[in-house]
Amino acid sequence: MRFDIVLRVATKFMLAPLLLFALYVQLHGDYGPGGGFQAGVIAAAAIILYGLMVGLGPVQKIVPSALLEVLIPGGVLIYAGVGVVGMLQGGNFLDYNRLAQDAVHGQEWGVFLVEIGVFMTVSSTMIAIFYAFAGRRRS
Amino acid sequence: MIAHFSQIATIFLMVAGLYVVMARGNMVKKLIGLSLFQSSVYLLYLLPGKVIGGTAPIIGAGFTVYANPLPHVLILTAIVVGIATLALGLTLVVRIKEAYGTIEEDEIIAKETPKTRNGPGRGGDAA
Amino acid sequence: MIASHLPVLVILIPLLGAVLAALSRHGFAAWLIALLASAAMAAASLALLFRVQAEGMISYRIGGWAPELGIEYRIDAFNVLIVVLVSVVALLTMIYARRSVLAEIIPERIAWFYTMMLLCVAGLLGIAVTGDAFNAFVFLEISSLATYTLIALGRDRRALVAAYQYLIVGTIGATLYVIGVGLIYLSTGTLNLGLIAERLAGIEGSRALIVAEAFIAVGICLKLALFPLHAWLPNAYAYAPSSAAVLLASTATKVAIYLLARFLFTVFGGHVDVGALPIGAILIVLSVAAMFIASAAAVFQNDVKRILAFSSVGQVGYITLGLALANPTGLAGGLLHLVNHALMKGAAFMAIGAIVLRAGTAKLDELSGIGRTMPWTSAALTVAGLGLIGVPGTSGFVSKYYLILGALEAGFGWLAILIVASSVIAVLYVGRIVEVVWFREPAEAARASREAPLELLLPMWVLAGATIWFGIDAEWPAGLAAAAARQLLGGAP
Repeated sequence: MRFDIVLRVATKFMLAPLLLFALYVQLHGDYGPGGGFQAGVIAAAAIILYGLMVGLGPVQKIVPSALLEVLIPGGVLIYAGVGVVGMLQGGNFLDYNRLAQDAVHGQEWGVFLVEIGVFMTVSSTMIAIFYAFAGRRRS
Repeated sequence: MIAHFSQIATIFLMVAGLYVVMARGNMVKKLIGLSLFQSSVYLLYLLPGKVIGGTAPIIGAGFTVYANPLPHVLILTAIVVGIATLALGLTLVVRIKEAYGTIEEDEIIAKETPKTRNGPGRGGDAA
Repeated sequence: MIASHLPVLVILIPLLGAVLAALSRHGFAAWLIALLASAAMAAASLALLFRVQAEGMISYRIGGWAPELGIEYRIDAFNVLIVVLVSVVALLTMIYARRSVLAEIIPERIAWFYTMMLLCVAGLLGIAVTGDAFNAFVFLEISSLATYTLIALGRDRRALVAAYQYLIVGTIGATLYVIGVGLIYLSTGTLNLGLIAERLAGIEGSRALIVAEAFIAVGICLKLALFPLHAWLPNAYAYAPSSAAVLLASTATKVAIYLLARFLFTVFGGHVDVGALPIGAILIVLSVAAMFIASAAAVFQNDVKRILAFSSVGQVGYITLGLALANPTGLAGGLLHLVNHALMKGAAFMAIGAIVLRAGTAKLDELSGIGRTMPWTSAALTVAGLGLIGVPGTSGFVSKYYLILGALEAGFGWLAILIVASSVIAVLYVGRIVEVVWFREPAEAARASREAPLELLLPMWVLAGATIWFGIDAEWPAGLAAAAARQLLGGAP
């Protein structure tokens, strides 16, 4: 599979648009369809595609497993952290209204930050699942 | 019949998935059936959420009727749960294959039966 | 400020603990985090108990959203009992876990083990505190996924198969539950349990609701291992790592029972037609079958962990019997048995875990005379066993006494006789253990082992001591259980 010409050419064309699209879906999630789940999966798809092309070793140089093991709980930490900040500001857990000067801005900040956490956890989980299966030796 | 098409599709997926889980001995096929079974739930929630004539639930000029967004959010969560379950299930199947050399349930039971009285098995940590 | 956030803190603390334990990636650090998180969680849940006793029901709105729009956590006299039980048992399990985990888990996986333990506890507590039907499903799956992983971390390769089977059955159960919730949502337009109960009363026609109740009841009964749906449980408990088995045996099925009771009484009890369904009669039949058949199966096992696991299926029968009786005394007896069984099964699994640590086996025929070399551990196992029988002076006696009173109150004299008769089967399997452990000449495994370390004995004897204490002075737990029963029956007309 490593020298499959179709895969190599297609991957080279698709890699950059995929990552860019993931970024668009992530940031546009406040105004339209999108968000951390979808963007995370798209970004992970780009990395997995690259991994299919170059093999597990090179892709793990770019996105090492150790990084994933930090990002997965890190995303949850961001999510819970935003909730706790809302609590410290005098609201309930996950109350975004008090994160900024008024409720609308607060909601926007809250959703934005939480979606970053979601993106981190989802994308790194997907990649970690790929690594876990691809890294198994065939018996 | 046509009016209830969506319900019939939902029930078919539900029963077909459950049948595959019960009837197949291959552990990967069982997981496929389980995913099918779960996807029937996605349909069950999503289909009634569509409001006829309604648009996507994003406030915009000129629209007054919107689809119900809540089922979508719920099912996004359910899909994530389903993926996590499937990934964990497949991981277990890989580990079972390494420990037993097979993923057929009856073969595993056959390998285990004479051994159960003679102390612990070979140990599952082939990883 | 903290007091008002207690309902969410009991979940947030183990969740953050799980994240930190995963980030630490070091066995001892992860254990320390797990221990501190569990201690904080237990303190928070006890504070919650005192608040509920002082103020009555507490409602907490996640994100400040009203119950119609958002998720509401609702704590009353019933679920606070479950919260305290789960968090206290989790704390004791964490104290117990360090030594047994060092012996049973590969070093690189220890941090993940504690992550999964904390996630499991967070999920279980989440089911208990949430007042939202779908949120309960999410927490159910969080705890279940963590549980599958915990079981698969067992040393034996059969643990993998046990985890896989539990994954299939558990997922089917959770999916059936969520189908039922979907039907309720379509009928009522809300997922909040309180609002569902209010709106159900006004719904005419009950076909969709009866289907919903059937899906939910069967789904949850798979998770709580009600008698014919229990096949996943014995292997899962027997091959899981010892400390995970302690946590699962004493909390996981109990929380599922909580969810079942919540739906049967608080939600469906309010609807005229659905509330009148003979689901109590079905539950009584299955409970009695569990009490006899599962207990009888326990008698023929050789592995002590499997004896205890089958006994768990049988004991769940007594608890569901209490639910089925649905009168204040019987329900209080069932809930009291829920608490008591969690305590004694926790003690029993801790004891057998300590024996596995020292003697390296849980096979009954290899454990002859282990009482001579491990007296304290064996005594704890014996106390827990006496509790399972329901010997006077142990907590099991008190809860079975209430159950018998409840059965007589409901006019089921024969049921009272069956409760006593089924306890005789418990005498058989506990008697086998006691005979082998105390009255036989020490075998090789027994001679080679010595008493378990103090950090294992301490949590074990807290639970075993509670079994004795609540058998002599049952006022506190019985009061809590009676308050919970009143709360539940208040919801039903």
